[in-house]
Amino acid sequence: MKFAVIVFPGSNCDVDMYHAAADGIQCSVDYVPHTANDLGQYDGILLPGGFSYGDYLRCGAIARFSPVMDAVKKEAEAGKLVLGVCNGFQILLEAGLLPGAVYRNESLKFHCRPVQLRVERQNTAFTNAYEQGQLLNIPIAHGEGKYYCDDATLEQLRKRRQIVFTYTDNPNGSLADIAGIINEAGNVLGMMPHPERAVEELLGSMDGLGLFQSMLKNWRDAQHAAV
Amino acid sequence: MYKAKVYVTLKESVLDPQGQAVKESLHSLDYHKVADVRIGKYMELQLNAGSVNEAESVVEEMCQKLLANPVIEKFRYDIEEATA
Repeated sequence: MKFAVIVFPGSNCDVDMYHAAADGIQCSVDYVPHTANDLGQYDGILLPGGFSYGDYLRCGAIARFSPVMDAVKKEAEAGKLVLGVCNGFQILLEAGLLPGAVYRNESLKFHCRPVQLRVERQNTAFTNAYEQGQLLNIPIAHGEGKYYCDDATLEQLRKRRQIVFTYTDNPNGSLADIAGIINEAGNVLGMMPHPERAVEELLGSMDGLGLFQSMLKNWRDAQHAAV
Repeated sequence: MYKAKVYVTLKESVLDPQGQAVKESLHSLDYHKVADVRIGKYMELQLNAGSVNEAESVVEEMCQKLLANPVIEKFRYDIEEATA
């Protein structure tokens, strides 16, 4: 399985994301700049955290108009797996690939610490290595991660089981404790916590590794099915 | 040349923690008459447009596309003729 880590001006978790895919699950990975316009050769697209374009105007608001985002949209529509973490999640929201928005934490504080997540949905391309309801120890690092959507959208998210991760102790005021959501088709996941920072014991937790293993398993199963 | 003054604010349904913090700060300065504070963004754009109508339609489009996020924000704008 071949991954692309998209690098925007101001990305700063791109190396962690690369490490998770390259060393965590031994896959081939390329850094791909925001100016690229073809992602056809990749099986998985990773949008890392950071402060793309300085978070000017709104987090992710300017990055979503990068040339590479047209390619990300194209591959997402073709069913490729797309994972956006933290600022990557914010970009997916601004781009309309996922519903809702995130904005300033209710506490107004930047929170950088491990939190506990609950796997709300196990049967996805991103969570099949976990148990339903499993509790994960994964770090967050954001000042603007409070998820918001209108009532109708929340109802849709619940009905279609698009809420994949919730916080057990809500750190930012997110609606319905939402930490991560998936699109209706099930191939685009966005989350504020950083699974790529929890892929080996030395980092304090390995609980994020399952997410990358899940993507790999999903891809392998699809390859077998195609043969 | 036209000048557009664009105001972007959080929707009423969206909590504004910054506004809450500023309200509390005003209260601690004894401004107890302050019932609520909402914080937004103000932008000034200089536009080369042929007419007010043209300026208006392009500002509307830019607000929808980039300047505001319709999920959490609403916007309004004033357009006036400006001397270059």
